[in-house]
Amino acid sequence: MLAWRKFVEKFWLGVMIAMLSIAVISVLGIIGIVLWRGFGALSFEMFFSLKFSEVTGEPVGIANSIIGSAYLAGGGVILACFISIPLALVLQREYLSEKVITAVTIILDVLWGIPSIVYGAIGYLILMSCHQRASLLGGIVTLALLSVPIMTRAAMNVISLVPIQLRETSYGLGATRWETISRVIFRQALPGMATAVMLAFGRAIGDTAAVLFTAGYSDKLPRSIMEGAASLPITIYYKLMMPGQLAQRQAYAASFVLILIVLIVSAISRTISNRLSKYTVK
Amino acid sequence: MKGDSSLKYRVGEDCITGWLLKVPVLIAVGMLVLFFVVLTAKSWPLLTGGHFWQVLTSSEWLPSEGKFGLWPFIIGTIAVTFLTMILAVPVSVLAAVFLNEFAPKKLKDIALPVIDVLAAVPSVIYGACGVIAFIPMVKALGSALGINTTGRCLLTAALVLAIMVIPVILSIVRDVLAAIPQEAREASLALGSTRWETTYKVVLKLALPGIIAAVMLGVSRAFGETMAVMMVAGSIPEPKPSLFKAVYTLPALIADKYGEMLSIKMYDVALMTAALILMVVIAVVNFGAHLILIRLRRRY
Repeated sequence: MLAWRKFVEKFWLGVMIAMLSIAVISVLGIIGIVLWRGFGALSFEMFFSLKFSEVTGEPVGIANSIIGSAYLAGGGVILACFISIPLALVLQREYLSEKVITAVTIILDVLWGIPSIVYGAIGYLILMSCHQRASLLGGIVTLALLSVPIMTRAAMNVISLVPIQLRETSYGLGATRWETISRVIFRQALPGMATAVMLAFGRAIGDTAAVLFTAGYSDKLPRSIMEGAASLPITIYYKLMMPGQLAQRQAYAASFVLILIVLIVSAISRTISNRLSKYTVK
Repeated sequence: MKGDSSLKYRVGEDCITGWLLKVPVLIAVGMLVLFFVVLTAKSWPLLTGGHFWQVLTSSEWLPSEGKFGLWPFIIGTIAVTFLTMILAVPVSVLAAVFLNEFAPKKLKDIALPVIDVLAAVPSVIYGACGVIAFIPMVKALGSALGINTTGRCLLTAALVLAIMVIPVILSIVRDVLAAIPQEAREASLALGSTRWETTYKVVLKLALPGIIAAVMLGVSRAFGETMAVMMVAGSIPEPKPSLFKAVYTLPALIADKYGEMLSIKMYDVALMTAALILMVVIAVVNFGAHLILIRLRRRY
């Protein structure tokens, strides 16, 4: 029977390798297709020109959406920092009981799971109740709400990597909770906080459904925070649905830029966290 | 240290910051409560008065006549999610088992970071790829089978979504497997079982709750996904979903119609009811999944 049992093992090993290949090939394939199409659509004008086409009146490039996206995601993430980082610092045994920490953690996880379209709908309701139209500000606030759970969970992971001995030393020297948190733990976790911020930035810049109603769309650069702004994901969505060579090329170029930004951001944050975990005491 | 550093000052500072730091906690908890209250308040006219059940089960979607049957959208979302899971779960679970139990360390070290990065790719990119590659593919498949289809259909949406949730499920299952104690494997191997028998009868059995949690998180991701589905699903309400027919999901409905919602009476109420259903379902599924994962983490 040993031969049969070995055969069963070989069989399942084959199945598992096949499944892994399917997973890797299909996901890499998707990115490959988009990168390849997008690469063909790149040009100097596409990136940097804010001019408008004389034939259609459409902008010739995607510079407006690249800059719009940077404003939206940057603004949203900066706003989220003010809630997320203190929140991650306070979810510690010094300040709250174990039960409260677990409860808040679950709430954050549930918030993380809520689809971005719901955030978009809420953002839209908030805008309407303030009698505002879709604007850069609306998009930034919605993206900030969306980023809070992501950034907080990531920051909590970073703080948990701070060696316990450091904390004990600080208390042993007679420091208060606030002195320990702000001068020892926060400072130790600071480089890692960059990982959390980047992770949130990567999510915020790629999110479409949340900014669809709240940030609006504009062919020009926004001059004030109350104006609508274009963003990369919305550009991809709109232009891909439009007929015409130029629109299609813009959609491909925007996809290329968006993938590149997301991949670079997550690669950098991974490198930082790898480097950090080398120095933690286990 | 700047300023006054007397003990009184330091204790006072500690006390005040201790209270101030509770504010972000209230904000985070308040967010979830606020979302729920706002959406419930907005959809109140449809929730009360006895027609909520009718809204859920009716397939008549005629906003101009005040008829808001959400059934085609609900069944559409369920159909897409179900098909996605059938495609994604075997692939991601088996791939995760292979990576954690059988793969050489080198492959692991390359594959895991790549999968993490892939999980961060925005959904609109998956949608774009669906438009570029999957719609023509499914159209060709349809005509090969003698079925007339535009390519914007349930099957395309599920294929795109499946590829999107594979990295998500895979990385959670991998984490769960990595937390199973090595002693369990060693005991089984020492009794003479093969590696597959150990994996199948010991590791997978111990990891089963975690795998269920991972699948639940995948379900919630697929259920709430907007862009990738909207771009490839065709968006025609169909009370009876079928593989090669267009499908319309709840998130796609909200994203599509928000522009029209202020012009017709009760339209915004219907859309916010859709958002509320979406949020409640996903919050419950997520809550359950995380509860299971926390239990598992405590045990090992």
